[in-house]
Amino acid sequence: MKNSSGNSNKSLLRFTTAGSVDDGKSTLIGRLLYDSKSIFEDQMDHIRESSKRLGREEVDLSLLTDGLRAEREQGITIDVAYRYFATPARKFIIADTPGHIQYTRNMVTGASTANLAVILIDARKGVVEQTVRHTYISSLLRINHIIFCVNKMDMVGFDETRFLTIRTELEQLVRKLGIEDAHYIPISAKYGDNVVDPSINMNWYSGITFLRLIETIDIKQDYLNSAARFPVQTIVLPQSAEYHDYRGYAGRVAGGSFRTGDEITVLPSLLKSKIHGITVFEKSIDRATTGESVTLTLEDQIDISRGDLITGDGEMPLAGQDIRMMLCWFNEKPLHPGARYLLRNNTHESACVIKAINYRMNIETLGKETSVDGLKMNDIANISIKTSRPIFYDPYMKNRITGSVIIIDEVTNETMAAGMLDSE
Amino acid sequence: MKSTLHINDEHLRELEDEAIFIMREVAAQFEKKVILFSGGKDSIVLVHLAKKAFWPARMPFSLLHIDTGHNFEETLDFRNDLARELNVELLVRYVQDTINYGRVSEEKGINASRNKAQSVTLLDAIEELCIDVAVGGGRRDEEKARAKERFFSHRNEFGHWDPKNQRPELWNIFNGRKNVGEHFRVFPISNWTELDVWQYILNEKINLPSLYYSHRRPIFKRNDVYLAWAPFMQLKPTEEVFEADVRCRTIGDITCTGVSFSDANTLEEVISEIAATRVTERGGRYDDMRSEAAMEDRKKVGYF
Repeated sequence: MKNSSGNSNKSLLRFTTAGSVDDGKSTLIGRLLYDSKSIFEDQMDHIRESSKRLGREEVDLSLLTDGLRAEREQGITIDVAYRYFATPARKFIIADTPGHIQYTRNMVTGASTANLAVILIDARKGVVEQTVRHTYISSLLRINHIIFCVNKMDMVGFDETRFLTIRTELEQLVRKLGIEDAHYIPISAKYGDNVVDPSINMNWYSGITFLRLIETIDIKQDYLNSAARFPVQTIVLPQSAEYHDYRGYAGRVAGGSFRTGDEITVLPSLLKSKIHGITVFEKSIDRATTGESVTLTLEDQIDISRGDLITGDGEMPLAGQDIRMMLCWFNEKPLHPGARYLLRNNTHESACVIKAINYRMNIETLGKETSVDGLKMNDIANISIKTSRPIFYDPYMKNRITGSVIIIDEVTNETMAAGMLDSE
Repeated sequence: MKSTLHINDEHLRELEDEAIFIMREVAAQFEKKVILFSGGKDSIVLVHLAKKAFWPARMPFSLLHIDTGHNFEETLDFRNDLARELNVELLVRYVQDTINYGRVSEEKGINASRNKAQSVTLLDAIEELCIDVAVGGGRRDEEKARAKERFFSHRNEFGHWDPKNQRPELWNIFNGRKNVGEHFRVFPISNWTELDVWQYILNEKINLPSLYYSHRRPIFKRNDVYLAWAPFMQLKPTEEVFEADVRCRTIGDITCTGVSFSDANTLEEVISEIAATRVTERGGRYDDMRSEAAMEDRKKVGYF
């Protein structure tokens, strides 16, 4: 049997970084990969050669993370790139995103699966608009843990007062946005101070290094205490002699946990039954917790199909057709009230119409702009929609899986927007 | 010798949960589904995950092998046995046929490879068989162009990938909607690293072709990579064939699969070697060394 926290992220940490060309984000990642010995010799050779060809004086660690040709040519990061490294304590997945305002959508994408956000601040410049934007996006996507790395400390003479001034300003921002867990570390990504090894230049800093922090930060609590949710992905019907009457519901637990014998309710039908068995391949388990892909069998033969939501006997999800959400618009084609789209939450699809844009966030000042008649790419706004049939969901602040949606264009099939339900 | 990396492999359970979730989304969102099967370890792991995802039902996929004709014999036997054991349909399409029909011309010269031609055969097979999704074992840690690949990767009616205009992918919502003639490539083990794959193979006791373990074979050296030798391969005058104990780190077309010297006879020994190694696995792939953006260029026109 698995322990009470399930297998959710005990040894896997997904974090997101956002930053622009010159704040040292790629250098920090390069440094982490290099110092944790996750860079191989052939990659290092490539980087040496590329650095030389591009006329850089030193080996440019940022070239490790800038993948596509256009990015290498223009020296910018235009998409989300995923990077991997591991230490004996944990495996890490980095969603590395560009920081400029025209890449807000990429930041939102990278943040959607992250447990932690790393925000870099140039010690010379302090808190700038971009810092506010990144912190806001992290809080909007409900990343509970943020590490602020005050970088380029070498350029300000490793000055403690400078660090403390920036830290005080950041703390105000953190309070304003209601972020649960924030950390502040003075670093020099270029020279490695406080990245993997403690800095010899900043004896005044008594905290742990960046790597030590991400190795030890506790994210288990983030998954406890949510209500039991199981969106049905597909029905398992073997139709073989051995499993003649077998009917299994395959899915990934999206909240709380389910035990054999638990009473469940199926939405939208409201039919009730009990869990007969939980299996992972050939193995039966007593309990499935958030994040686990399992197959459920029920005591009763009831009609369940893909898109249905199996819930435990705790708090029921919300149901409705008139729904408000925070939304990030992804497409070059603008959004206007009255437009119709497809809405997907979990495995469930329905049609929807945009009723109103309630306000647009100014993500540099955090002010709300009303009387907005359309949204452009990268805009973040609060909107109201009406769906063709009731959807079942949780507020995004309670559950990132059952509280999130995407909006799809019915003709081009493109993903136009991402929405966080019932959030402000 | 135990590696210092990955004392802990609990993260593999989460990677498996994620991959199984993706497999089930593929099953639910598409009609004609294939797993691209090369006989390499990544595609073997994919098949294992598919088996687990739908148990006790049979996996809703066929296996599709794009055969360059330049194979390791062991791989073909392994492929045939696996398909039989799982009772799934095995589809094989041959690069040689594509060349015979004049759809693509064979590369000439010393470094001739059918790697590029493979893409044409694959796209032809996708069209011929009305395949709307091909599940592949690509991983984002393999190569820098792959680092930006989506789990659900859209291909237009020409089978082309547009890296600058990919659909955003958020949370665990995967949008596999498409128009007629378009298809998707799906990569369930995107977030796995080479070491994750090996540890998973060990934990799950998955069978692999013998090529992955130490064996004796004729090899030769070309531009710092040791390649397996086969009779049809052209050698430069300075290149010399000799026998050595080696294993393959990846298995692909024989003309571009690098081998490394090894005495590793068990999975544990292979993993120790990999954990200690200082060269990425694609570092031994001759096809990637052609130019800095070699992989990106091939992927745009339909490569795996």
